[in-house]
Amino acid sequence: MSFDRIKEKLNILADAAKYDVSCSSSGSKRTNKEKSLGNSSGMGICHSYTEDGRCVSLLKILMTNHCIFDCAYCVTRRSNDIKRAAFKIQEVVDLTINFYRRNYIEGLFLSSGIFKDADYTMERLVAVAKKLRLEEKFNGYIHLKSIPGASDELMREAGLYADRLSVNIEIPTVSGLKLLAPEKDHKDFLKPMEKVKNEIIQYKSEKKIIKSTPKYAPAGQSTQMIVGATGETDQQILLTSAYFYKEFNLKRVYYSGYVPVIADERLPQLGTQVPMLRENRLYQTDWLMRFYGFDVREIVDKNNPNLDLEVDPKLAWALRNLHEFPVNINKADKFMLLRIPGVGVKSVSKIIKARRFRKLNWQHLAKLGIASNRAKYFITCESSEFEKRDLTAEQIRGFILQNSSSKFRKLVSPQLNVFG
Amino acid sequence: MYSDSLNLNLTDCILEYDGSFDGFLCAVHEFYLLKLNQVEIQKEGSAQVALFAKRIKVITQLPLAEKVWKRFKIRIGGSGCSQIFRAFLSEEIGVENTLLRYIQHALSATRPIHSDFSHPDVLKVSQMVKSVGREKHRMEAFVRFRRTKDGIYFAHIAPDFNVLPLISKHFQERYADQKWMIYDENRHYALYYDLNKVEVVELRLKEKLELHKNPEGIYDEQEIEFQELWKDYFKSTNIKSRRNDKLHTQHVPKRYWRYLTEKLSDI
Ligand code: SF4
Repeated sequence: MSFDRIKEKLNILADAAKYDVSCSSSGSKRTNKEKSLGNSSGMGICHSYTEDGRCVSLLKILMTNHCIFDCAYCVTRRSNDIKRAAFKIQEVVDLTINFYRRNYIEGLFLSSGIFKDADYTMERLVAVAKKLRLEEKFNGYIHLKSIPGASDELMREAGLYADRLSVNIEIPTVSGLKLLAPEKDHKDFLKPMEKVKNEIIQYKSEKKIIKSTPKYAPAGQSTQMIVGATGETDQQILLTSAYFYKEFNLKRVYYSGYVPVIADERLPQLGTQVPMLRENRLYQTDWLMRFYGFDVREIVDKNNPNLDLEVDPKLAWALRNLHEFPVNINKADKFMLLRIPGVGVKSVSKIIKARRFRKLNWQHLAKLGIASNRAKYFITCESSEFEKRDLTAEQIRGFILQNSSSKFRKLVSPQLNVFG
Repeated sequence: MYSDSLNLNLTDCILEYDGSFDGFLCAVHEFYLLKLNQVEIQKEGSAQVALFAKRIKVITQLPLAEKVWKRFKIRIGGSGCSQIFRAFLSEEIGVENTLLRYIQHALSATRPIHSDFSHPDVLKVSQMVKSVGREKHRMEAFVRFRRTKDGIYFAHIAPDFNVLPLISKHFQERYADQKWMIYDENRHYALYYDLNKVEVVELRLKEKLELHKNPEGIYDEQEIEFQELWKDYFKSTNIKSRRNDKLHTQHVPKRYWRYLTEKLSDI
């Protein structure tokens, strides 16, 4: 292969793909059976990190950045004056294999601008995945973008080779989509998602009867929404996520703070700050919904349509619900332990394990590595020392902010779980 | 078996072993056999000197070590044993003594202790295990293979802890159809996979290999090209308006940059 030409294409097509924040490579087990290449244990590995602190685990590229659409928020849109390029199928296969063999990556994340039409584009993505699996006997991770509007047959085939499929809905509200991508119909986004969801359900039921049923998208589906491009509220975003988690059994919803790339009066001006803190608060809330047993309506509602930027959403919830506290560390059930500000999932499981041996006091908690600077306002333990003043929510908030002013402003990347 | 005839009423003595895990197991065996109670287990040649302490040289015997290990597996359980092994690989000064106390505690307890974090030795061991585990994951992520002319994928690393024994399986499963070698620069040994099995080989390459410069043309002709492609790729994934150096170095501490193809130009 001609390395100069490949290099040029790679620069263009990696650059255009980087706004897709998903880089997960976990959730799929492929065992290397015939002494071939690759093995996925189900736990993804971040092989490197970008200078903005995001995990690099997949070769994330577009097949092509030619596109017939003109979505306002996208660098690849047809009216944007940029260099265009397209990979050949074999070129993507070779790059993936050679990067993988050197332990640079866990696999491939292949997306594309829409060239000709949805099916033509989807076909090429599927062809790459098929070649990797069948000809190269590749067991690494493959994430394919489902192209809105692609046919059911192609989506079915895609799931046979890919670990994960995703459709980015990008704009959380139908009205926003009308404004920024008038040529697109939001139903086109849902169609491939629906198909993949049904195939996964079917796969799971067949698998129970016939062990040899070929795998179908074992790492499930995900989607991404852009935050801060259309003036939507956090409540709108989160209700949309909750809807997708429920209706399409999504594994993940990603939130991507809008990076102004184009001057367009419908969008925030060039140079507008990327809303990273807001993005982080959305991830924290997403975590609360998936792992902490929170319902989205507990966190945002009519009176609180936007997340509090000053404190994390769990603390914000606790401050609004002081009647649920204090929680007794030695007696409370898991559900309530998970609701204590500053105590994460891991700490909860440590507490539950450790309290089988003895009743825990502050020293024990400290030894377990559980920071109590935040939690102390909300818990009691085997000790006569506990918060006895009858503090109001505002006072607690004030104390906590005073002591963590540097911490709460720290911007954190989407891959991190950031309660603490 | 013992270096000289001993006064078995010793209360204060030092068990000297060869630094290997098998040697450590033999030392523990000796401790129980001689019914000692106040001991220090030390690597041969370690600098610490304890006055008035009696020194006993432990001789490493593989069959004995195996026997001890088997017994631990039954008495302490699989996860306890894996904690012991991993903590040992931390090479932390004094780890042998923490582990000895951990083993004593485990053998006398009526149920598995590895999650009893309010016990100081259990906690200490679990912290070491955590650090070692983190280093294992880092090495699985940060190893960068370079393809040599004879088709071997070669990588050099210098992990904080002795984690090669822990990463062997991962690489064997993943790269089953290519020959590879991972060399620990500080400990001077390597794992070598020859398409059938992984072997541990003693190796002493010259200090501070500058492998990215293709010394004496040891690489496959396309190797440098792929390194360039990877570096370019890495650069283009960056979003400038989100730059966050603190987070970046927190994930990829500077001491590892030497091994990372994509970071070489930043050193
Ligand atoms: S269809 Fe996709 S690639 Fe094309 S402009 Fe819209 S978002 Fe960008």
